[in-house]
Amino acid sequence: MNFDFSEDQKFLASEARKFLSAQCTTAHVREVLDDDKKSHHEGVWKQVVEMGWLGTAIPEEYGGLGLGMLELCVIAEEMGRALAPVPFASTVYFFSEALKLAASEDQKKDILPKVASGEVIGCHAASEGPGPVDADKLKTTFDGSKVSGTKIPVTDGDVATHAIVLAKEGGGASLVLVDLTAQGVSRSPVQTLEPTRSHAEIKFDGAPGVRIGEAGEGASLNEALLDRAAVLLAFEQLGGADRCLEMGTEYAKERYAFGRPIGGNQAIKHKLAEMYVKNQVARSNCYYGAWALSTDASELPEAAASSRLAASDAYWFASKENIQTHGGMGFTWEVDCHLFYRRAKLLAVQAGAPKVWKEKLVSALERKNAA
Amino acid sequence: MDFNDTPEEAEFRKEARAFLEKHLKPKDTNAPRRGSGEEFLKRAKAWQKTKAEGGFAQITWPKEWGGRGGTSMQQVVWNQEEGKFDAPVGPFAIGLGMCVPTVIAFGSDEHKKRYVKPALMGEEIWCQLFSEPAAGSDVAGVKTRAVKDGDEWVINGQKVWTTGAHYSDYGILLTRTDPKAPKHKGLTMFIVDMKQKGVEAKPIHQASGGREFNEVYFTDVRIPDSDRLGDVGAGWKVALVTLMNERLAVGGSPGPDWKEIMEYARGTGSLTDQAFREKLADWYVAAQGYSLTKFRTQTALSRGETPGPENSIGKIITANQLQDICNSAIEMQDHYGIMNDTDTMPANGLFQQSFMWAPGLRIAGGTDEILKNIIAERVLGLPQDVRVDKDVPFETLKQG
Repeated sequence: MNFDFSEDQKFLASEARKFLSAQCTTAHVREVLDDDKKSHHEGVWKQVVEMGWLGTAIPEEYGGLGLGMLELCVIAEEMGRALAPVPFASTVYFFSEALKLAASEDQKKDILPKVASGEVIGCHAASEGPGPVDADKLKTTFDGSKVSGTKIPVTDGDVATHAIVLAKEGGGASLVLVDLTAQGVSRSPVQTLEPTRSHAEIKFDGAPGVRIGEAGEGASLNEALLDRAAVLLAFEQLGGADRCLEMGTEYAKERYAFGRPIGGNQAIKHKLAEMYVKNQVARSNCYYGAWALSTDASELPEAAASSRLAASDAYWFASKENIQTHGGMGFTWEVDCHLFYRRAKLLAVQAGAPKVWKEKLVSALERKNAA
Repeated sequence: MDFNDTPEEAEFRKEARAFLEKHLKPKDTNAPRRGSGEEFLKRAKAWQKTKAEGGFAQITWPKEWGGRGGTSMQQVVWNQEEGKFDAPVGPFAIGLGMCVPTVIAFGSDEHKKRYVKPALMGEEIWCQLFSEPAAGSDVAGVKTRAVKDGDEWVINGQKVWTTGAHYSDYGILLTRTDPKAPKHKGLTMFIVDMKQKGVEAKPIHQASGGREFNEVYFTDVRIPDSDRLGDVGAGWKVALVTLMNERLAVGGSPGPDWKEIMEYARGTGSLTDQAFREKLADWYVAAQGYSLTKFRTQTALSRGETPGPENSIGKIITANQLQDICNSAIEMQDHYGIMNDTDTMPANGLFQQSFMWAPGLRIAGGTDEILKNIIAERVLGLPQDVRVDKDVPFETLKQG
């Protein structure tokens, strides 16, 4: 039984935490929050690029560090904990993983080194409006060479140089690689609940695109991509949820009311204990997701779903009850609680809301436990 | 990351499995889950003896006490393998898991010589006499009195929820020896012979309808001072050692899980119901969270490390989930769900039976509320609750 990260992976995590707690504080996050013109924090991004983290799980032959998915998971946890205001998730969990999953050898050789070096910033464009993404009802189309349609919202869509677009092609769907700096692409930032991760509306008007994978394979490829991204996002959620628990616990020890710390009251103690339970449920499920991801296990669909569901639930609970524990202070702009509340919601709906993943999970369980 | 045994663990598992195959039949999943009665007790004693002779009883105990001198991980492997067989365990869990370790920690050489081996060999069964009608979560509030009389102590009082009191040979008994001292300071622990005059075990008629637990009355029972465990007034310190072992022993909840309600829902057509599917997903995620957390604990054990506090989440999850699953299964049956006939009900009335057990599981071995307090105080380091009883003579405390 070896259901834990290795010493090397833990060392990587602690180095990442050391770096981020010095170079990516909530003051850095707020620079992006308080400035509408800033899509991300360029200083932090530059350093993340220099550390080589973008290429963590990109093989050396494509210019990456050639580490594995487990290493990427521990970095994701730290990025989530630090609320890193950079397009890391979009570029790595979605864009880079899509290329690794479905791109041709030439495409990989062309683009992955540019991802690793920071030259290419990627994003994933799927949503077209309210409600879950349905690959059978896409309005965005691909005719084999050109993309037309509108995607909204696209996380990091305004800062990205390239996108993986889910588009209708013939009777099915395809994943299409689009250079966002090319002719036929126009994009405008959109306001969201989570301004520290920028979002855009992207309009494609006959923009040149190259298919990733086979025509009509897009729906299943996109599902496989989301399974991978879900595990990595879950680690970000876990990092954020644990930080909320720490903040709530620290505050409950320091804040006095009625002559003693509020953390001496069972109403607060039990709330924080419940947070701890949910975070541990999330952590254990995330580890299982990491294992399935790193070994390409056939259990990945249910492991991804359960890690995403557990982490979404834990982060939601931790972020809202952290505000509650802080009382009136927790509802001020100056105190950091709302940053986590915002990020928790983005991560829970990006790549499909919990309802969608519950259905995916139960479908997978039905297949595995057929009558 | 992997889920494989180390070569040493694999070797031990092989050895354990060979031993089990030689002596037991594989578990019959349709058989009743809870053993009881004279016949079961006889089988349990025989199996305990076989285990001890084979070197598989109390694997982590040192060899001088008849253990194997093995690792905690070997004990985990053994439990996993033994769980796959029709092994009559249970009657010895409290004695060997909690009582006898307390005797080893605080007893005299004579005690250890007298009691450890017979317990290990399945000859003598032990029970734990802590809880009282007015001392549940606040177990240091026990009122059973021990009064010194020459070289003996005279015991009067009542204990409750004592598992196995009626078939136990000995017990460890928490008493109050000094009512003038503050609550935690006036307690003393004893070894008590359960078969002597003045000890009377009566079954408790539980809310679930069954009578598995006992209340035990002590009327002028005499215990020699030589059977005291620890100093006079140091009973709480002794009790903490026993309770520490309890947390290791209380594990999962018996009863239907997500798989069983999924199978049941498939049969009734409810598996297509959207609201049910979402609940099923929640149950799966929480159940996975619990069993995968055990893997993390095992990993620490396998590496020879001390496990983290994450295992403390176990019973809060499992007991609540059991109650929730049973409730949903009954509501799925609509009006018919209120029927409770093991011969005619779907799944042999398992959901109905466990529905009535679940409230007890949320209380036994630490209520949800106490477990949350423990996490808050010992894991998160939050302040203790206000203790109005702290430095006050026990006899002046308000009761009710």
